[in-house]
Amino acid sequence: MQDLLNEYQTIGVDKVKVWVKAGTVDDFPTNGGACIKYKKKQIAVFNFTTMSRWYACQNLCPHKMEMVISRGMIGDKDQIPKVACPLHKKTFSLENGTNMEGEDYKLATYPVRIADGAVFVGFSE
Amino acid sequence: MKHIIVIGNGMVGYKFCEKLEAKGGLNSYNVTVFGEEARPAYDRVHLSEYFSGKSAEDLGLCNPNWYGDVGIRLKTSELVTEVDTEKKTILSHKGKQYNYDYLIMATGSIPFVPPIKGVEKKGVFVYRTIEDLDAIKDYGEKLKKGKCREAAVMGGGLLGLEAAKAVKDLGLNAHIIEFASRLMPRQLDDGASKTLQKKIESLDIGVYLDRKTEFISGEESIEGLKFQDDTALDCSMLVISAGIRPRDELARKAGVIVGDRGGIVVNDKMETSAPGVYAIGEVAIYNERIYGLVAPGYEMAEVVVNQLTGEDKRMPPEIDMSTQLKLIGTEVASFGEPFIEDEDTTPIVYENKQKGVYKRINISSDGQKLLGGILVGDSSDYSSLHQVYINGLRLPEDPETLIIGSVGGDGGVILDSVLELPDSARVCSCENVTKGRICDSLTDGSCCNLSDVVAATKATSGCGGCKPMVKDLVNETLKSMGQEVKEVVCEHFEYNRQEIYDLIKVHKIVSFEEAILRFGKGHGCEVCKPALASIFASIYNETANKQVSIQDSNDRFLANIQRNGSYSVVPRVPAGEITPDKLIEMGRIAKKYDLYTKVTGGQRIDMFGAKLEELPLIWKELIDAGFESGHAYGKALRTVKSCVGSTWCRYGMDESVSFAIELENRYKGIRSPHKIKGGVSGCIRECAEARCKDFGVIAVEGGWNLYIGGNGGANPKHAQLLAEQIDNETCIKYIDRFLMFYIQTAAPLTRTSKWLEKVEGGIDYVRQVVVENRLGIAEDLEKEMQGLINSYECEWKQAIEDPEMMKRFKHFVNSDDTDDNIVFVPMRDQKMPRPWK
Ligand code: SRM
Ligand SMILES: Cc1cc2nc3c(=O)[nH]c(=O)nc-3n(C[C@H](O)[C@H](O)[C@H](O)COP(=O)(O)OP(=O)(O)OC[C@H]3O[C@@H](n4cnc5c(N)ncnc54)[C@H](O)[C@@H]3O)c2cc1C
Ligand code: SF4
Ligand code: FES
Repeated sequence: MQDLLNEYQTIGVDKVKVWVKAGTVDDFPTNGGACIKYKKKQIAVFNFTTMSRWYACQNLCPHKMEMVISRGMIGDKDQIPKVACPLHKKTFSLENGTNMEGEDYKLATYPVRIADGAVFVGFSE
Repeated sequence: MKHIIVIGNGMVGYKFCEKLEAKGGLNSYNVTVFGEEARPAYDRVHLSEYFSGKSAEDLGLCNPNWYGDVGIRLKTSELVTEVDTEKKTILSHKGKQYNYDYLIMATGSIPFVPPIKGVEKKGVFVYRTIEDLDAIKDYGEKLKKGKCREAAVMGGGLLGLEAAKAVKDLGLNAHIIEFASRLMPRQLDDGASKTLQKKIESLDIGVYLDRKTEFISGEESIEGLKFQDDTALDCSMLVISAGIRPRDELARKAGVIVGDRGGIVVNDKMETSAPGVYAIGEVAIYNERIYGLVAPGYEMAEVVVNQLTGEDKRMPPEIDMSTQLKLIGTEVASFGEPFIEDEDTTPIVYENKQKGVYKRINISSDGQKLLGGILVGDSSDYSSLHQVYINGLRLPEDPETLIIGSVGGDGGVILDSVLELPDSARVCSCENVTKGRICDSLTDGSCCNLSDVVAATKATSGCGGCKPMVKDLVNETLKSMGQEVKEVVCEHFEYNRQEIYDLIKVHKIVSFEEAILRFGKGHGCEVCKPALASIFASIYNETANKQVSIQDSNDRFLANIQRNGSYSVVPRVPAGEITPDKLIEMGRIAKKYDLYTKVTGGQRIDMFGAKLEELPLIWKELIDAGFESGHAYGKALRTVKSCVGSTWCRYGMDESVSFAIELENRYKGIRSPHKIKGGVSGCIRECAEARCKDFGVIAVEGGWNLYIGGNGGANPKHAQLLAEQIDNETCIKYIDRFLMFYIQTAAPLTRTSKWLEKVEGGIDYVRQVVVENRLGIAEDLEKEMQGLINSYECEWKQAIEDPEMMKRFKHFVNSDDTDDNIVFVPMRDQKMPRPWK
């Protein structure tokens, strides 16, 4: 399980080696998320329409290790964009993946870039 | 930097490290930990779960990398063999010597093995470490292939009972052998023990009291036990659980003072007789006792951490030894002084042999104080009784109401206000947060609401059981500070649900974005989005397919998410009536998609284990076979439960099935603040449990009695009578009005029972509105309800007919693969999700 979690490490824009095309903008629901696959990884991608921002993070909820984060509801807490896991409603910052209730769990986050109506997620390998 | 050596990496040794790190102690100390066991500290308290699927890794108290990450040197599989308290050195079995400035002895204890002839035989085990359990498991597997599957557990205490259950779960026949004349002799009196014994025997575990074992028979391996009273028991395994002995051998050898019956003697700073040497956990003897529980050990660890970081926290003189038995399949708890009997004490005992319940409380003879007690068979009052005991709260005039319920009332301990609890009352026991801390955080201005308090104190972040109390405390404190506590939906809307309902209706708002722009702030969250989704549904009867991203996750995918991220499928079976043909169709579909099936508590059939992308395929087939969505995922009408009624039943007064079907079809699809359930019984024998439902209808002489506001679940409530002897049409009219009134006025996620409790004037007021039309809104309510009923549409049918909507049901946007993280394991001819780690 730990190994699975270790698969996911936050990638800053400066560390990106490949930009993987995740789909078109229309493939993703407005103000919601969907999941993409890259190699063995599952990445949740969110189209935060009202903030005009896109976010990506691991689809794996670190609480019970299930691939569900993309189905969570997004919103904000004091202006910080967040996602609530659909299983037990633990919430995570979409900006840096930290748990908003102050618990140890964390999501790895990935940069997203939009070009010509297509959505790209950045990976280091 | 000074050097701390910790001997023992058990539960308490680990807690010491964790607390030292959290207090910043690692900035001023280097720490080296020695553990004899091969793995880093694990959760011994939940050791038995090793037999029910948890791995050694799962039981670990922290990530094994943690020690390295924070800079603690952990040496596992290394036994400390000598301590020199003069030179301040220790020696390990590898022959290496280390210097310390401070030494923490956290060596725990070992199981006591009585000197009985034959204990060295094969098949005799103790129960303390993962290795012990491995050995028991292996031996048990072998036994299962042989003839004799009998296994004995010596000791009927807390641990022995747990071990017996574990042995039984391994597939062996378990027998408990107890030396004393009752089970759990330290915690229970005779009556309680008898009740417990019955319960345990009903689990097919043998109980033998008053048995002193003389010898263990058998050649190389155990074949039986011979008792002093000349009786015997054939068995091929024995697990000894006859108490513990502190592991004080190191200290003893080093000349550190130990107690007469073992254990390293410490003062209230946990200092031993040797300078710079502390002892904590089960090895320590404090106030002339050892404490075989983790909580006192954790407190000891905290005391030492405080001492080492310049604070002077001491161990309290009294240590709470209240305990709850886990696992055995019955509830047992004891607290305080469970069985004192002298002139200063009056015991009050309640016993119900039929139900297997035994409760005892000990009251001071002046009737003022609860001194202790025992609960067997039903320990639901344990936490409140424990609060009363530990805080020395004043007792009600008739203390017996504490265990048998007051006449006509709810029973149990009722505080007039949570503010009556003393400041020291531990409200959140997981995070050890007191009432005082919660209230202070508000009065000193550092917190202004519940979420601030949760963030600042961490209260409620453990098991969550204290949430209602913390919420009440926050509200009451704010009120006492003169602040009006407005029940707002969340940080995004300064309105309660009813206000938002009215705003949306009056201003004809049709989308969440519009609503938050006009009446709220920010971008919404998982609280206000579903609340508004429900309001939109109630006003416009739009299905969950309309504003998808504000639906709670279950509504968004029109199915209930399960433990592993797969989903369940629940077609509507109105009133539980189903034809053989439909049953066959359902069976065929479940088989085709390999779904686990179960009859639910709501008289219908649930099919579990569908992957997201399979949902539309399954629903297509179900709809073709004539089924509709059962809305099991929504805050909506669930089921209207029925009994066969006069159609078949010799007592039936009316056709309860027909009426239940009519009601279920009438209200299906209607969204509400929380789920709604109904029931129709054909006579007052009440086989449909209608009075546990939000609306319940019971056939009586001359018509139907209509009840509202019933609830099962965590806080069961019987529904209250709204109208008597009414005909079908009137009944429907009243239910229409009542439901619509509730839908418009209730707070989010409030069942009708809670709502009814909060409505000022209660059932009488609701009767005035619904039956007597006092507000003159009855007609509007009916009309609105009829509007919802007329615009019903099966949302699954909607979804599968629209290719755009179908895009939602794919696990990956960019691939047709399925989620390979979902793993099922076989279970009783069906399947289930792989257990959580
Ligand atoms: C499947 C079922 C258990 C079963 O195997 O029988 C069940 C399963 C769940 N119940 Fe239930 N309840 C089921 C009958 C009941 C009943 C019995 C009944 O309806 O007569 C009750 C008590 C009656 C009542 O509601 O008053 C019941 C009281 C609850 C509660 C407590 C509600 C309360 O007001 O205290 C919850 C929690 C909640 O809703 O907040 C709950 C929540 C749940 C959830 C939704 C928990 C969750 O979020 O995952 C479970 C998911 C079901 C699923 O995935 O399909 N379930 N649940 C039953 C489905 C009935 C159906 O056909 O729709
Ligand atoms: C099956 C079971 C169920 C239990 N259930 C409960 C419960 O429900 N509630 C409750 O409160 N308590 C329960 N307990 C008791 C609880 O586990 C103990 O109170 C707790 O583990 C004590 O912690 P400790 O650190 O003092 O001792 P331990 O956890 O025993 O740790 C001591 C460690 O020190 C090591 N050690 C000893 N000597 C040396 C040495 N010389 N060199 C190196 N290492 C050494 C040992 O190998 C051991 O790993 C249960 C215990 C068991 C076995
Ligand atoms: S009782 Fe609890 S565990 Fe059982 S189905 Fe209901 S919610 Fe789930
Ligand atoms: S699995 Fe995500 S919160 Fe529990």
